[in-house]
Amino acid sequence: MAKTHIPFMQTGTLVVGNRLLDEEDRAVQSYQNRPSTLTRGHRACQGCAEALAARWVLDTAMEVTQGKLMVANATGCLEVFSTLYPESAWRVPWVHSLFANAASVATGIAAANHARGRDDIRVIAQGGDGGTGDIGLACLSGMFERNDDVLYVCYDNQAYMNTGVQRSGATPPAARTATTPAVGPHPGNVFGQGKFVPKIAMAHDIPYVATATVADLRDLEAKVRKAMSHRGARYIHILVTCPLGWGTKTADSIKMARLATRCGLFPVFEAEYGEVTAVTKIRSQAPVEDYLRPQRRFAHLFGAKADEAALERIRGAAERNIRRYNLLPEGGVA
Amino acid sequence: MLELLEGSQAVARAVGLARPGVVCAYPISPQTHIVEALSGMVRTGKLANCDYINVESEFAAMSVSIGASAAGARVYTATASQGLLYMAEAVYNASGLKLPIVMTVANRALGAPINIWNDQSDSLSQRDSGWLQLFAVDNQEAIDLHVIAYKVAEELSLPVMVCMDGFVLTHASDVVELPTQEQVDAFLPPITPLEKLDIAEPRSMGMMAGPDVFTETKYLAHMALVGASKVIKRVADQYAAHLGRDAWQPVRVWGPDSPSERGGPVSAERPAQQGEIAVIGMGSVMGTMQAAVPRLKEQGIKIRLVTLGSYRPFPARSVREAIGTADRVVVLDRALMPGVGGVLSADVRRSMARLGIPMHSVIAGLGGRSITERSLGKVLTQAKAGELGELEFMDLKRDLVEGAG
Repeated sequence: MAKTHIPFMQTGTLVVGNRLLDEEDRAVQSYQNRPSTLTRGHRACQGCAEALAARWVLDTAMEVTQGKLMVANATGCLEVFSTLYPESAWRVPWVHSLFANAASVATGIAAANHARGRDDIRVIAQGGDGGTGDIGLACLSGMFERNDDVLYVCYDNQAYMNTGVQRSGATPPAARTATTPAVGPHPGNVFGQGKFVPKIAMAHDIPYVATATVADLRDLEAKVRKAMSHRGARYIHILVTCPLGWGTKTADSIKMARLATRCGLFPVFEAEYGEVTAVTKIRSQAPVEDYLRPQRRFAHLFGAKADEAALERIRGAAERNIRRYNLLPEGGVA
Repeated sequence: MLELLEGSQAVARAVGLARPGVVCAYPISPQTHIVEALSGMVRTGKLANCDYINVESEFAAMSVSIGASAAGARVYTATASQGLLYMAEAVYNASGLKLPIVMTVANRALGAPINIWNDQSDSLSQRDSGWLQLFAVDNQEAIDLHVIAYKVAEELSLPVMVCMDGFVLTHASDVVELPTQEQVDAFLPPITPLEKLDIAEPRSMGMMAGPDVFTETKYLAHMALVGASKVIKRVADQYAAHLGRDAWQPVRVWGPDSPSERGGPVSAERPAQQGEIAVIGMGSVMGTMQAAVPRLKEQGIKIRLVTLGSYRPFPARSVREAIGTADRVVVLDRALMPGVGGVLSADVRRSMARLGIPMHSVIAGLGGRSITERSLGKVLTQAKAGELGELEFMDLKRDLVEGAG
């Protein structure tokens, strides 16, 4: 598939399927007979970007593999809202084992397929930021360093949303969660903590690492295709808005993800064998306030008097990302 | 063909004969020799169509096993002690998912204090995990058990721990006889799981169960284990008949008058009777015990040995039958519930609740302390004289305990 950029302001979100394009350029979602790997009837919240991202990821992978796909799912929102017995929203061989072990379970599936000569069947593991980068990090790292033939997809909503919005290693500084309440002299999550799993993935020198957001689903689709064109360990980290946990309007999930990239707080890039090979440039840079202000988890930064010190540190983080990944267009002005 | 083999090497070859599709493990003593040997067999192609995966933890070892088994492969792993505890969450998950994984537990103590030597605290700590736990008395039984375990696991769609005393068996060289590849192939056909991940028939495995169905799920798990005893017995008998020789049994009774050297199944043997002490235990200690019996008989102490090969499911009825009308029961327990007593003793006590026979729990050989014929003799002499307490720690160094203040 050729990757076609259509300026968003010309088309709005209705164009995601790109039905007006040549057939080979259309999104999997534009077809009536799309796989619907995560089909209707599940229990995700309104505005859940994880459900949207999972649908795009798996439908794309199903198309690429012509249905020869198996999925291991970590415990978390995605698992809970999709498979409450006796109903399942999955139209793919799917297994949930535990919170921490999706990467290892996927390794086992790939090994079983390999041992019986079925390398044509591909394996995806998926989980949230906690299941991926906190409790599941050892299993993930093991899968990476062995270069097992698994694509791991992390849906990062920046906290333990399934258990009621507690802080994770992916929770941004200053964010209010149930365990980093907005009280005391330094409200919200602590500055100077946290980790960015894509960089950890890159440290393993695996064939492919990419980040994406639900704001650019064609980009996500292209990255899944690219990931599936490689063998070995691959990792895609997707920022997915959580209206419940972030305190955002359910209609704003795409908008919030877009603002996260536009302000520089979430870099969108690709890396192969540990080296950054492509970045999505910021088309028009937004101040971090534009991204933070609509989110109730950051409301304490914008009280009667804005917490300028905290905002300055957040601006600093955005600037570091912009420098590190060279996110501004040539000339440096967005 | 009889061969002189280290226990671990023998077990590795037995596992190889079962033709697993995926083997994965994390190193922990005293299990390592088994998986080292298997990794070599995969590398040389001696064990074909098999992936060997070096994982980063026991938790991953069980998780890879879960994935591979869910995808329909015959799977093998091995662990011990802290490793088993580290994988505990996945241990429960494997049985809940009804995956017929076979895992060797080279039984070892649990820390702290850290101790690499043999007792049975590790696998017994997983007694409620829904796994079958089958114990070997010696290395011949360990060999036979692995083949039997795969057959049982796959017929029941349940995972099995094959438990063998660490070092005492895993690192001991003994004369053993491995079945031939043809014999194992005829006994153990390729795996055909009831449920698996299948692109032709997509299904969701490991779904969430709410209060409306959870009790029923657990009831079925209970009934599956209750019914497993019969299957285990049948498969063990089939295996022995197939090989035309004596092999492992879920429960064995032995006395000096037993027709066979190793004792026989409960149904074929005389149970303990008045004037006798029934001694119950699992694993290698029962070999030592057997050696002690003739001398004790000379001293007028009549023993009937009840060797449990199956700990889960617990063969309560067979135990009751084997105890018969014994004067008293002595349980040799290789694991302790602090503040309560012996682990195996609790199971035995439950199964003989209505018999009205006194039972003594003897905690023996913790953390690798040798269980000698002499010490066993002392304990049983006390038992005969009615001087043995309800809970005894064999060879406890009183001076050390009291010195600790």
